[in-house]
Amino acid sequence: MSLEILIQTLASGILIGLIYALVAIGLTLIFGVMDIVNFSHGEFLMFGMYSSFWMYSLFALDPMFTLPLTALFLFALGVMLYKLIIKKITNAPMLSQIFTTFGLMMLFRGLAQFFWKPDFRTVDHSIVSGSMQIFGIQVGTPQVTAGVGAILVTAGIYLFLTKTRAGAALEATAADKEAAQLMGIDSQKMFAMAWGIGAACAGVAGALLSTFFPIFPEVGANFILIAFVVVNLGGFGSVIGALFAGIIVGVIEVMGGFLIGPQYKLALVLSLFLAVLMFRPQGLMGKQ
Amino acid sequence: MNIQEKTAISAQELLAPDSHGNSSVKYILLALVVVCALLVPVVVKDPSHQNLAILILMAAQLGVAWNIVGGYAGQVSLGHVAFYGLGAYTSTLLLTQWGLNAWLAMLCGGILAALISLVIGWSCFRLNGHYFGMATIAVAEIIQIIFTNWEYAGAAVGLTIPMDQQGWGSMIFADKEPYYYIALGLLLLTLLTNYWIENSYLGYYFRAIKDEPDAARSLGINLSRYKQIAFAVSSFFTAVGGSLYAQKELYIDPGSVLHTGLSIKMALVSILGGVGTLLGPVIGAGVLTFIEEGTRALFGGSGRGTDLVIYAALIVVIAVYYPTGVMGWIKQFFARRKAVQAQQVKDAKGETA
Repeated sequence: MSLEILIQTLASGILIGLIYALVAIGLTLIFGVMDIVNFSHGEFLMFGMYSSFWMYSLFALDPMFTLPLTALFLFALGVMLYKLIIKKITNAPMLSQIFTTFGLMMLFRGLAQFFWKPDFRTVDHSIVSGSMQIFGIQVGTPQVTAGVGAILVTAGIYLFLTKTRAGAALEATAADKEAAQLMGIDSQKMFAMAWGIGAACAGVAGALLSTFFPIFPEVGANFILIAFVVVNLGGFGSVIGALFAGIIVGVIEVMGGFLIGPQYKLALVLSLFLAVLMFRPQGLMGKQ
Repeated sequence: MNIQEKTAISAQELLAPDSHGNSSVKYILLALVVVCALLVPVVVKDPSHQNLAILILMAAQLGVAWNIVGGYAGQVSLGHVAFYGLGAYTSTLLLTQWGLNAWLAMLCGGILAALISLVIGWSCFRLNGHYFGMATIAVAEIIQIIFTNWEYAGAAVGLTIPMDQQGWGSMIFADKEPYYYIALGLLLLTLLTNYWIENSYLGYYFRAIKDEPDAARSLGINLSRYKQIAFAVSSFFTAVGGSLYAQKELYIDPGSVLHTGLSIKMALVSILGGVGTLLGPVIGAGVLTFIEEGTRALFGGSGRGTDLVIYAALIVVIAVYYPTGVMGWIKQFFARRKAVQAQQVKDAKGETA
């Protein structure tokens, strides 16, 4: 493999990895705060994509411009989902938690198929369509925009968690719910916020993807598996861990697809996941 | 089917450890249920109804098998379809490529699945809760990808079992009845194994691992080993179920025997009926199959997946509001009735005093 191709593959791996990181951050945030694994997280991404698509095809609005609106929709959806359903299973056995979010995953896919048909849809002309040259490497503009957008949102989440009162309250709830409650933090509010932000992250990832990725009801399936891998690799609950793990997974996936064939790239990533579970179950940056 | 189900419920009440039924009534009822089940193909002659009965039995068998590791030992596997597929593929390849006796091929599939479960368990049972569930999903996906790309195993096209050699040796029949009896026999075998486990030291260890892992460890129970035993037994029976599916349909592909939704169905059957109870999955299988087939018959024609939406919504409702399943309601009902009776007795005493 020539150096040029190597760099090209590396670049596209990093770019898609940043999106994986953004999806995984939402998942890790929800898990960190509530100890619930959200199997329907890929469907938040799917809703984000459809939100972008419909505003594009109905009102001719560019997905990049409607991105804040998509984030808002998904935030509202996350909060609503928490208030209507997740709240009831906060202290339920793990089995019913798993099956609630699993059922939601099926329900969301079913609803998307019911209302929007199982067709593949695409956003054909966006302001970011086309490709560009960076340091002599040819990369798609949508991919670069998505990567940069993902970095910005991740940085925003990180700053929110570390620099604001609400973020600190969220982190405190994640660390010790009871203690945080004694300090006057309303854990219900924090849970709702985690679901809102988590869903918004996935929604933004979906919006960023919508300019270069096909949109269909089951699109979340690929991303949820990879998000699990990223979350485990980065350590459950760690935002920075998820960022690095996302990039690692993206690069391994693209490289693996290039070297051993695209049909095995997911198997490669999942094998990596199992290896990490075996040798370092707390993840690369997680606490013991 | 209805009568059979009702009797199954009352049998379970009597079989429950806290029931007061005397043992001879218990066995008579159980025998009655088995006789009723045996008579189903004699009474039901319509092949599509017979097929429905077979589907219920097969779903029940898978649920009972899943329940061993997921219910009794509390290790929620979300990738059991891996073993189902392994069983189906192993037996089909041995039968069609090597000309092995179908029953032996079935056994080989089961043993292979159990061995593979030991490897998975060895690496995954140090993990708790969610991690184990996700690891099992990953394993199932990897196996699915391998089979989808493996030419010898038919790749994405799948494998067909030719109809030319019918009979008990090849387990290929033109009629539905033999499959019904094989499915029933397999279910009974799996149930008996479960019953035996439940009442042996294994059952106590499994429950201890599920409810009080730390206490169990401090008592010197090797948690990993007993989780592996549960996993292996469960995988064996799941794989045998997969082989039966292959024999019945005479065609398998990754979409039919390695589909993620099947893993969920296996667990769901247990949850619906009652996790960690002997007959719960049997009841769950009946209920779930009726829901599935019912929604498909009522709403499946629209071509928009309405049946899937209703099915998924029901899963959410059950998981949120009825996590203890049908067996849970029955127990609650009897507990409440007992409380009411006790209250009545009290009241009566109060009046006489």
